[in-house]
Amino acid sequence: MPVILAEYAGQNVAFWIIALTMAAAAIGVVTMKNIVHAALALVVVLAGVAAQYVLLQAEFLGIVQVLIYIGAVIVLFLFGIMLTRAPMRKSAEYDNDQRVLAGLVAVLIFGVLAYLLADEFGFSGPEADKLHLTTPTQTTAIADSIFRTYVVAFEAVSLLLLAALIGAIVLARRD
Amino acid sequence: MFLATEAVTHAAEAGIAEKAWLIPLLPALSFFVILFFGKKLPKGGSESGILAVGLSFVLSVLVAFDWITNHTVVDQHWVWWQNGHAKITIGQHVDGLTVMMFVVVTFVSLMVHIYSTGYMHGDVRFTYFFAALSLFTASMLFMCLADNLLQLLVGWELVGLCSFMLIGHWFEEKNNSSAALKAFFTTRVGDVGLMLGIITLFFAAEETFHIDTINKLALEHEIGHGILVASAVLLFLGVMGKSAQFPLHIWLPDAMAGPTPVSALIHAATMVVAGVYLVARVYGVFWEGFSIEAGGLNWMALIAGITMIIAAALAFVQDDIKRVLAYSTVSQLGYMVAALSVGAWTAGVFHLFTHAFFKALLFLGSGSVIHAVHSNNMSEMGGLKKYMPTTFTTFIIGTLALAGIFPLAGFWSKDEILLGAMEGGYPYILILGLIGAFMTACYMGRCVFLTFFGEYRGHGHPHESPRSMTVPLILLAIPSVGIGLINATAFGIDNFTRWVPFHIPGAEHFHLEHHDFNPALAGLSLGVAITGLLVAAMVYYWQNVPAGLRGATDRGLLRGLKTLLIEKYYLDHLFVGGVVGFIKGPLARATYWTNQKIIDGIVNAVGSGTRIVGRFTYDVLDQKGVDGIVNGIGVSASETGGVLRLVQSGRVQQYALMLFAAVGLLGLALIFFT
Amino acid sequence: MPVTQFVLLSAFLFCTGVYGVLARRNGVLVLMSIELMLNAVNINLVAFSARLNDAAGQVFALFVIAIAAAEVGVGLAIVLLIYRNRVGVNLDEIDLMKG
Repeated sequence: MPVILAEYAGQNVAFWIIALTMAAAAIGVVTMKNIVHAALALVVVLAGVAAQYVLLQAEFLGIVQVLIYIGAVIVLFLFGIMLTRAPMRKSAEYDNDQRVLAGLVAVLIFGVLAYLLADEFGFSGPEADKLHLTTPTQTTAIADSIFRTYVVAFEAVSLLLLAALIGAIVLARRD
Repeated sequence: MFLATEAVTHAAEAGIAEKAWLIPLLPALSFFVILFFGKKLPKGGSESGILAVGLSFVLSVLVAFDWITNHTVVDQHWVWWQNGHAKITIGQHVDGLTVMMFVVVTFVSLMVHIYSTGYMHGDVRFTYFFAALSLFTASMLFMCLADNLLQLLVGWELVGLCSFMLIGHWFEEKNNSSAALKAFFTTRVGDVGLMLGIITLFFAAEETFHIDTINKLALEHEIGHGILVASAVLLFLGVMGKSAQFPLHIWLPDAMAGPTPVSALIHAATMVVAGVYLVARVYGVFWEGFSIEAGGLNWMALIAGITMIIAAALAFVQDDIKRVLAYSTVSQLGYMVAALSVGAWTAGVFHLFTHAFFKALLFLGSGSVIHAVHSNNMSEMGGLKKYMPTTFTTFIIGTLALAGIFPLAGFWSKDEILLGAMEGGYPYILILGLIGAFMTACYMGRCVFLTFFGEYRGHGHPHESPRSMTVPLILLAIPSVGIGLINATAFGIDNFTRWVPFHIPGAEHFHLEHHDFNPALAGLSLGVAITGLLVAAMVYYWQNVPAGLRGATDRGLLRGLKTLLIEKYYLDHLFVGGVVGFIKGPLARATYWTNQKIIDGIVNAVGSGTRIVGRFTYDVLDQKGVDGIVNGIGVSASETGGVLRLVQSGRVQQYALMLFAAVGLLGLALIFFT
Repeated sequence: MPVTQFVLLSAFLFCTGVYGVLARRNGVLVLMSIELMLNAVNINLVAFSARLNDAAGQVFALFVIAIAAAEVGVGLAIVLLIYRNRVGVNLDEIDLMKG
C-alpha cells in the first residue's frame, strides 16, 4: 500500500544523518594515512549502508550486509593488512602521485552524475516521490525471486564462490 | 615482255629498233656463259664472245638501216621502283647517236675479239680475259642505250670496272696492278662530279632522270641558268676523268700496261669516248650551261684546248710505241671535246666515229709489232716494214687517217671541227687545233719512221703476225680509208649529218648551225698536216737536220722543256706528293688530333658528366634524400612509438585514471550536446 | 523519501571509491576502495527496487555482496603473492607491463 511522503519525515532525517556519516567515513577511507584507520572507516561505511537498507525496508539485505561485509570482508582486509606487513601506522606512502588528477576526475564524474540525476528525478514533485515502501518485509519476495526466477544465477554465484574459495587457497598457500 | 608503261614511240612502225635492247643483252649472256662454261669450251670461251658480239654487230647494222629509213626515235622505259613521285626506270632510247655508237662499239669489239684469239693465245687467264671483254662490250652498249641518267651511270661505272679488270690483267707485276688502280682512282675522282651533276639535274628537272626531258627543259630555259652551269661543270668533271682531259688524263698512258687488245678497244675506241658521248647526249645542259652559243672561250673549250696541245707535246718524248698512241688518244679526245664545246656537235660526234676505227687500227697494229719483237720500245724496233708488210701497210693507213690527210677519214672529221671553231666564234680553238694538227702529224711520223723504217735495232727475229691478227687490221683499215666519205661535205655528201642529228623532241626550235665547206680552211689544215709529216721525215728518216738545230734538245731551254715533258709536267709528282701527301700527312694528323682531343674530349666529358650526375643522384638524392625520407618515416614512427610508449607505464592506476577521465568527459559531452 | 537522495548518496560513494582506486598506493587500500564502489551500487539497486516495488533489485544486491566477498578473497590472495615476491605491495613498483 503506497505511503505518502509527508509521513516519512523521520526517515528523511535518519537518512541524512546516516548519509553524512557515511560520506565522511568514505572520504576517510580514501584519504587516511593510517591503513587500519582506513579499514575501520570502511566498517563505518558498511554499517551505514546496512542502516540504509533497513530504511529502505530491505532488512534481510541489511543483516546479510552486516554479516558478510563487516563480519567477513573487513576481517579479511585486516588479515591482508597484517600479512602484507603494511606499516600499521601513519604513513605518507599510501597516496600516489596522481591524486590531484584523480581528485579532479572523481569530482568530474560526480558532477556529471549528479547533474544527470537531478535532471532526471528532481528533489520534489511527483517523480521524486515514487518510493513504494510496503509494510510486510520483502524477504519472502526475495526468496521467491532467487529460487524461482533467478535460480540459475544463484547456482552460478555458488559456483563462483566455490571457484574463488579454491582459487584463493591455491594462490595463497605457501609451498 | 618489255612492259612499256609509259612508252613514247614517235611513229607507228619502229620495227627492229624496238628490239635494240637485245644488242647489249647478247654480250651480257656471253659473259655468263664464259664465266660458267668457258674453261670447258674448246676455244676457251672466245667463241662465245665472238658469236655474241658478232650477232650484236649484225643487229646493230639492222637497227642502223631501220633508223636511216625510218628516222623514228624509240624511247621506252619501264618503272622498276617508285619512291614518292620519283620514278626509277630502265629503258632504251634509240636514235642516230645510239645507232652510231652501237655500230662502232660492236664492230671494233668484234675486231678486237678476233685479234685477241691470236694475241692472247696461251695466256694464263685466257678465258677470264674474254669474259671481261664480253662484259665490257655489254656494259658499253647498255650505257649507249640508256634513256635516263641513272642507267647511263650504271653503264659508266661498269665500263670503269671492266677497264680496271683488264688493265690489271697481268697483275703479277706490280706495275700493272698499280696502273689499274691509278686508272680507277683517277676516273673515280671524276665520277664524284658526275654523280653530283646527275643529282643536281634530277632535282632541277622536277625529279626525273630522263635525258630527253632534261635536255628539253634545259633548252627551253625552264631550268635556272645557275643550276645548269653547276650541273654542266659537275658533269664535265666526270668527262674529264673518263675521257682523259687535263688534268685527269694521267691514267691513260699508264693504262697501256694492259694487253694491247684492251688498249685498242677500251682506251682508244670505246670507253674513253664515254665522256664525249655523255656530252653529246646531254648536250642541252652543256649548251645552256657553258653558253656555247656566245663564243669566245668557255670552260670546256679551255680544258679541251689545253689537252689537245699538252698531250701532243708529250707524245714526242715517248719511247714506248703504245704510249705515243695513248697520248695521241688523249689529244684526239681533246679535239672531240673541243668540237662539242664550240657548238660543232656533228663534227665532234663524227670525229668520235672515225677516230674509233683508225685508232683501234693503230693500236692493233702496234700490238702486232710488239708481238713480233717482244718489246714495246721503239728503240728496239726499226726496219720492220720488210718483215711485216700487212702490219706496215695498215699502220700507214691509220697514221695518214689520224694526221688528217685527204681523202682519209680523219681529214673530214678534223676539218669539220676546225670549221666549227671558226664559225662558232672560237678563234683560240682554231689556232690550237691547227697547232695540234701539225704536232699530230709530226709525232705520228716520228713513230712510223722509228718503227718501220731504218735498220732493225732489236735482237729477235720479227715476223708477220698470224691471220687472226692481220685480218682485223685489214678490216679496220677499210673504214679508216673510206668512212669519212659518208660526210664528205666538200662533195655535198652529208649523210652522217642527216643520219645522226641532234634532235630533242619538244625542243624543235633548237637548231645547231651547219656550216658549209670552207675550202680555204681545209687546205690550210691539210697543208699543216703535210708539213708535220715532212718535218718528221726530215728528222727521223732522212736524218737531215740543219746543223744549228742538231742536238738542240740536249742544250739549254729546250733541254729543260724536254725534261719537263719526260716528267709529264711533274703532274704525277703534284698529285702523289702534293695532294696525296697532304692528305696522308698534315690533314690526317689534324683529323687525328681533332678526333682525340675534341671529339673524344666531348665524349669523355659527356661520360664523366654522366658519372658525376649519377654519383650525385646516388649520394645526395638517393642516399640522403630518398633514404632520408624513408628512414625518417621509420624513425618518426619509432619516435612516436617511443613517446607514446611512455604512456604505458605499467601502472594500472594510471590506466584506470585515464579510463575514468574519459568517462567523465564523455558524460560531460553527453550533457552539453543533448 | 525521494529516491534522488539515495541515488546521490550512491553517486557520492561511487566517486569516492573512484578516487581511492586511482590515488591509493597500497593494494589493500585499492581493494577497500573497490568495496566502496560496490556498496554504492548496492544502495542504488536497493533504492530502485524500493521505488519500483520489484524484488529483483535486492536479489541482485545479494548477488553483488556474494561476488564482492569472493572477489576480496581472491584479490587479497593475489596481493599476498605480490607481497611474497616483492616484499612490498607498493603499486607504483609493479610495472612489469611497462612499455
